[in-house]
This record gives sequence, C-alpha cells and structure tokens, in this order.
Amino acid sequence: MIAAITDPWWAQTTLRVVGGLAAVLLVAGTLVYLHLFKLVSFMQSRLGPMEAGPFGSLQLLAEVGKFIQKEDIFPRKADRFVFAAAPFVVLMSTFLLVVVVPGGPDAWFVDSEIGIYLGMAVSSVSVIGILMAGWGSASKYSLLGGLRATGQLIAYELPLILAVLGVVIQAETMNMQGIVLAQAEGEIFGWGVIGNPYILTQGVAFLIFMVAMQAELTQTPFDMPIAESELVTGYMTEYSGMRFLLFFIGEFATAGVFSAIAAVLFLGGWYIPGIDPADNIMNVLGPIVLITKIVVLTFVVFWVRFTFPRFREDQLQKLAWKVLIPIALANIVVTGVLKVAF
Amino acid sequence: MTGLLLAEFTTTEKWVVNSFWGVIAAVMVYAALRVVTTKNVVHAALWLVVVLAGVAVQFLFLGAEFVAVTQILVYIGAVIVLFLFGVMLTRASMGDDETVADEKRAMASVVGILLFAVMALALVDSFDDTEITADEPQSVATVSDSIFSQYIVPFEAVSVLLLAALIGAIVVARQD
Repeated sequence: MIAAITDPWWAQTTLRVVGGLAAVLLVAGTLVYLHLFKLVSFMQSRLGPMEAGPFGSLQLLAEVGKFIQKEDIFPRKADRFVFAAAPFVVLMSTFLLVVVVPGGPDAWFVDSEIGIYLGMAVSSVSVIGILMAGWGSASKYSLLGGLRATGQLIAYELPLILAVLGVVIQAETMNMQGIVLAQAEGEIFGWGVIGNPYILTQGVAFLIFMVAMQAELTQTPFDMPIAESELVTGYMTEYSGMRFLLFFIGEFATAGVFSAIAAVLFLGGWYIPGIDPADNIMNVLGPIVLITKIVVLTFVVFWVRFTFPRFREDQLQKLAWKVLIPIALANIVVTGVLKVAF
Repeated sequence: MTGLLLAEFTTTEKWVVNSFWGVIAAVMVYAALRVVTTKNVVHAALWLVVVLAGVAVQFLFLGAEFVAVTQILVYIGAVIVLFLFGVMLTRASMGDDETVADEKRAMASVVGILLFAVMALALVDSFDDTEITADEPQSVATVSDSIFSQYIVPFEAVSVLLLAALIGAIVVARQD
C-alpha cells in the first residue's frame, strides 16, 4: 500500500496490486465473518459457526474450499463467454474502486486529482457485468434480475454522485487525500480540536449517501434484483461454484469499499485528532482507523439489511427520483450558497 | 495517476508509450470491426465497450485524465448500459440473429467514411505535425477554466440542447 516515489514503475505496480488484493479480500473476509456469520446469528438468537477454529473464525476458509470444489456448470443455452466473464467484470469494478481510497499520508494506491470522480466512474462499470450475467445465463429469472438491477443502479447512482458533490464543494477538491486533509484542518466555529468531519456540515448528504449506497449494494430493503421469493436469486441464479463465489466476494468487498469511501468523505477518513496528519506514524495508524470506520459503517448496512422488509419496485424508483434526488440537489444549492457567503 | 507513468516514459523511453498506443489502437480497430460484423446485438454492444474503454486509455496516454474518466462514466457507465437495457427489454435473442439487416451496410459505410474524412481533416488541420508532450496530467482547473471562458457559448448551447431532449423525452413518454 505504501509506494515510495523512488521505486521503479513495475515495483510500484506490483505493490499496488498486492495491496489492492489485500485491501479488498481481507476487508471482505472480515465483514463476512463479523457481520454475516456472527452479527446476524446474534440478532436471530443463535450462535453461528462455532466448529471451524476458535469461535468459527476459520469457517470462511471452509466455505471458500467448498465453493472451489464445486462443478463449474454452464446452462446449455448460455452464451458461454459472456456468462463466464460476467463475474470478473463485477469484481474488476470493485478492485478499481478500492484504489481511490487513501489509508494514510503516504499509504495510498492512486493520489489522483480527480479521485472521487474516478471512483464514481469505475463503480458504474459493474452494471455491465450484472447485465452480462443476466443475459448470458439464458434464463428468464436471470434476465429479469439483471434488468431490475440495472434500473435500480442507474436510479441510485444519481443521488450518490449528487451527495458527493456537496462534500466536493465544501472541501474545494475532488482529491480523496485533499478531502481528508480539509476535514483534519477544518474548524467548527473556530474550534479546531477534532477538525471538522463533514458528517456535521453535510449530514443530509451523508444520509442520502448511505441510503443510495444500500441500494447500489442491492442489500435489503433494496434487494429486488435478487428477490429470492420471486426470482430465485436474480442474475446469479445460474451460477455455481467459483463463479458464484466471485459474485459473493464482489458483494461484500463492494460493501467494504463503499463504506471506506463514505468514511473518507464524511467521517474524516484516516486522520486522528491531535496527531499531525503528515506524521509518519499515521501510515500505520491511518489504515487501522479507516478499517474501524469501515466496520462501523458496514455494521449499519447489515443492521438495516437484516431488519427491514423489501421495498416494492415502484416504491424504490419513487424514493430515488422523487425524494433523494431533489433533496440532494437542494443540498448542493445550499452548500454552494453558504460556501460563497462564508 | 498517469502522471508517474507519463513522467517516466515520455522523457526517456518514448517508444514504450508509442507501442502501447499502437497495441490499444489495434485492439480498438478489431473491436470496432466486430461491432459492425457480429450478428448478435448484445455482442455488438459489448464489443463497443471495448472500443470505448480503448478511447479512455488513449486519453490517459495524452494526459487528459478528466476526459478519460468522463469517457468511462458517460459512455461505458451510462450510454452502453442504456443500450443493453433497451436491447434486453425488447429483443435479446441468444445466438445469431438473422434479422440483423445487411441491406443498410452500404449506406452505413458511406456515412462512416464521410464522418472519418471530416474528423481526420479537422484533426490534421488543427494539430498538423505538433508533437503533444504530456509529461504531467492536465489539471481539472485548466479544463473547467477553458469550458467556462473560451468555450462558454458551445457549453451553454449543449446544455440547452440536452434540456430540450430531456423535456422531449418526458413529453413523448407521458400518457396524458
């Protein structure tokens, strides 16, 4: 994750690939164990996995082993190449998304001037993978699931990006590092001890971002694309074994990465109040702080997921177009006016 | 993002950037040919994704980071998705679709050649032999400054055009 400028480009590339794999897979694994296995078990008054390793912590490896052993089944009429490539397109979008998240003053993958814009752009590529999976399976459940997913992802991408714009206006930069530093150096009415996490000034944007994120991740109450009582499992219906596992990893890894982006934009990212953001120690403490915030935010995501019933398709579209987008636009106008006024 | 790569290669080893450019251009040409020759509408749209991603990479080589990312967001993330969505809602048959028309090929190639001629002429006319050296990415501030000063009139014209299209779509789609 820490790429010194002096290294040759191939060494930096290797470091970034390894760091990206770790940042995606370790976080996804943690989330599956903590939230999907243990948190849900607690909410449903059961123990969850207990046999494999201490408190069932090695259950994850057992699950991966199980999926890898399974036969890779292709439906007879499926479009083989499109069907096979779809999970990789979805996962690729997640891996490209993680590179914009900074973990410390020097612990970044890509320090792009247009960081958050780049992230929003690559996150939209996953829709192509979902459509490929839905169509390539040659199954009506898959196709319907794919179409539902697309309609939903398009509708909720807009409030997501509009909510981000409020932060960008306030921080005066699209660079993720710049957004963190703007919060670290910010002041609340002249009181600068804890900086100014944008959840305080952009609270509305934070709420919109979290709701839109829930929908982008197709988690309940927005899980119509995989509504199991209507569509089996939507676009994933025909997948088995390794390819299903890739979709599964993609789902949880994307939850982690989107939470990381929300943490950077609204909760101050990696900075700790009282420690100079340029201090070298932040390269070690920063990622830990960030991962803690990721776990807290994904806890909210899964808490909602296992608490609320599913929306209806028309309610979902109404919420996006008639509620979230107007509020997000109003938020941008108010932020812009206040930015100019102060 | 590309700053490092560009700084390392454009100054010392120009051939690296140039050969990558050539490889990606070849992939784009092949994908573009497949777009118009494939008999499956969904495959055509997916080949178009390859072409558009290639365009984004070429923009990166020129140091136009913002334009490259916009290319991905608008074309791959929105336009192609709407193509696929529309095709799959209406007729998304598996395998080859024999009703994909052949008789419009001649007309389409005439239009394509004309378009190519106009754009090539415009490009050669404005750049001629100038060597574009991009040793660092173009900043967003530069792009926005030129949009909102030098190109403000075309920008506003496009805005009005898009707004008109938006209202038109709503009028066409509404039942009452």
